[in-house]
Amino acid sequence: MTTSPKTLLLIGGTSDIGRATALYYAKAGWHVFLAARREDEARRNADDIAARTGSEVTTHRLDILDTQSFEIFLTGLPQLPDTVVCVVGELGDQAFGQKDSAHATLLLRTNFEGPALLLGLLAERFLERGSGTIVGVSSVAGDRGRGSNYLYGSAKAGFSAFLSGLRNRLAPAGLRVITVKPGFVRTRMTAGLKLPPVLTAQAEEVGRAIFNAAEKGGGDIIYVRRIWRPVMMVIGNIPERLFKHLRL
Amino acid sequence: MTEFFGWGRYPRYPSDVLDPTSPSELPSLMASHTGLVARGNGRAYGDAAIGEKTTIVTRALDRIRAFDPATGRIRAEAGLLLSDLLEAMAPRGFFPPVVPGTKFVTIGGMIASDVHGKNHHRDGGFGDHVESLTLALPSGDVVNCSREENAELLSATIGGMGLTGTIIDATFRLRRIETGWMRQTTIAAANLEEALKALRETNNAAYSVAWIDCLARGRSMGRALIFAAEHATMQDIDALRPGAERFAPSKAGRLSIPFDLPSLTLNRLSVAAFNEIYFRSGSLKAGYPFLVHWNPYFFPLDGIGAWNRIYGPGGFLQYQCVIPAKHADIALNTILDRISHRGIASFLAVLKQMGPSHGDISFPMDGFTLALDMPINDTVLALLNELDKIVVEFGGRLYLAKDTRQSPATFEAGYPNLSRFRDLRRAIRASDRISSRLSLRLGI
Repeated sequence: MTTSPKTLLLIGGTSDIGRATALYYAKAGWHVFLAARREDEARRNADDIAARTGSEVTTHRLDILDTQSFEIFLTGLPQLPDTVVCVVGELGDQAFGQKDSAHATLLLRTNFEGPALLLGLLAERFLERGSGTIVGVSSVAGDRGRGSNYLYGSAKAGFSAFLSGLRNRLAPAGLRVITVKPGFVRTRMTAGLKLPPVLTAQAEEVGRAIFNAAEKGGGDIIYVRRIWRPVMMVIGNIPERLFKHLRL
Repeated sequence: MTEFFGWGRYPRYPSDVLDPTSPSELPSLMASHTGLVARGNGRAYGDAAIGEKTTIVTRALDRIRAFDPATGRIRAEAGLLLSDLLEAMAPRGFFPPVVPGTKFVTIGGMIASDVHGKNHHRDGGFGDHVESLTLALPSGDVVNCSREENAELLSATIGGMGLTGTIIDATFRLRRIETGWMRQTTIAAANLEEALKALRETNNAAYSVAWIDCLARGRSMGRALIFAAEHATMQDIDALRPGAERFAPSKAGRLSIPFDLPSLTLNRLSVAAFNEIYFRSGSLKAGYPFLVHWNPYFFPLDGIGAWNRIYGPGGFLQYQCVIPAKHADIALNTILDRISHRGIASFLAVLKQMGPSHGDISFPMDGFTLALDMPINDTVLALLNELDKIVVEFGGRLYLAKDTRQSPATFEAGYPNLSRFRDLRRAIRASDRISSRLSLRLGI
């Protein structure tokens, strides 16, 4: 008897973290559904992962802002996946968003509304089936709002809270929800930024951390580099009357 | 503006950077810039991959687009690293048709330099195995080039140092390997004459290369160790290393040179001492075949990260020439004689047999190639000018991917199809739009 391969739905299939995560799953023998807005770019990653691993990788068009399309998108998948990983994220331009509501809206919707609604719909299907693992890539920026990126940070905070609530609700049914806080990651999104090497992960590390947490029984909330946990503990415990004067 | 330099860490030039994340960005980038050239992983030693004004960094174009395990045919984007390709494919029993001395090069760079491996005498250069490639021309047009379609453009692009356009992707075939091991045989040669003889006699081996002691003088001048090898079969494993894993993982090198060593570290005495030990220990192994993993066989120096720092902050250069077969003995004798008398300490000296090549300005030719690492100083530069004269006199030439210093006259003397290459560059307007520091220096 042969068991059919497990399936991963990767939302954000053109991002560097998405590519690395999908590759890690495919190396472990999983079939992958890569969802992204730019399907031709997702195709490049799908071809690459299939060639490197011999696993099957399909692409599926998805606009994370087009929340009306989510039901049709899910119905159009080859099957309901065993695991979904959402890596969608948009750092955007904080300074611009402070003055431009359209840009601020884009950041709030891309980082919170779209991912939360889509994972919510998947959760209902997983509950109905009685199995499924949900992984949301949030951010340490959501742990405490900072002046330099609070539009992105507050949306990620909302997403983290959503995942926390969903985890709480799904746990009795034996379904897992995992929150991933990668910290700094060397990707296109952070290209050109000066990042401290100790705190900065490679995309491959994030892929491995996600796989280990989701498929090997890791924690519910993971920081990719462990050093982030004490760092965020310290940042989280600075009294607000001091914190408001800091430039972090 | 970013400061760019090659693997030799000299020379250095500022250039604007373009960093496309998708091949779809290339047409408009090409059409809207001049004075540009594509760059792979920066392993050319000199000024080949530095644009006059703008350098297109291609490392993000690193996807394998198709692979057929039945035929070994693969289509890969130009920025894919050979090391990535090997990591994905070697454990599955597939190996590139040609690999150079480092795996930290891109597919695009391998084509642009028409790189040669230890099998050039039998299998030709990497360019000979390219079935087709997609090229973004200076106009922004994207064309497919193969032996049937745009064949002239293919011949110019193979070995063309990026001067015809930016390679987007290429299709070639991987060969099947039964195991990840090499069955190596070492031959000790007491002098240059014996070394050349041994290389000629091992030219039925799949791979062969000679390490040469360029400090040895007198009757020992040109003493060498010849490393011949085949991809090992399962039978070889049973005979030579029973129980070894068929596709053993390659251990990553742990040694790295973290900073520029003082320039004095490598001198005549230290290199002579190393050569003596290396030659003797190699001679002890001579005659008995043994198994070695493909990684250290093909890429011994990749095990030492940033080894280009051992020559110190002044940088270094590599001198690589090829001499036609019929003059090889006398020309190489003369060259080695000059080097050993000056006592120039070369950490790496390699001698190889080559076959013909087919790119308009590809480096290889039927003959022998000698490659030497040297620190950069006035004595070395004066010596190399003398060596250039010998190379030209005997109808040889220098490898552009390693060059930092040859004169336009030396270059023109060595590359008889240069005018055809220049005509094609004019025809596609590359002559006005694509220029590297190398093409400016040599007037290509």
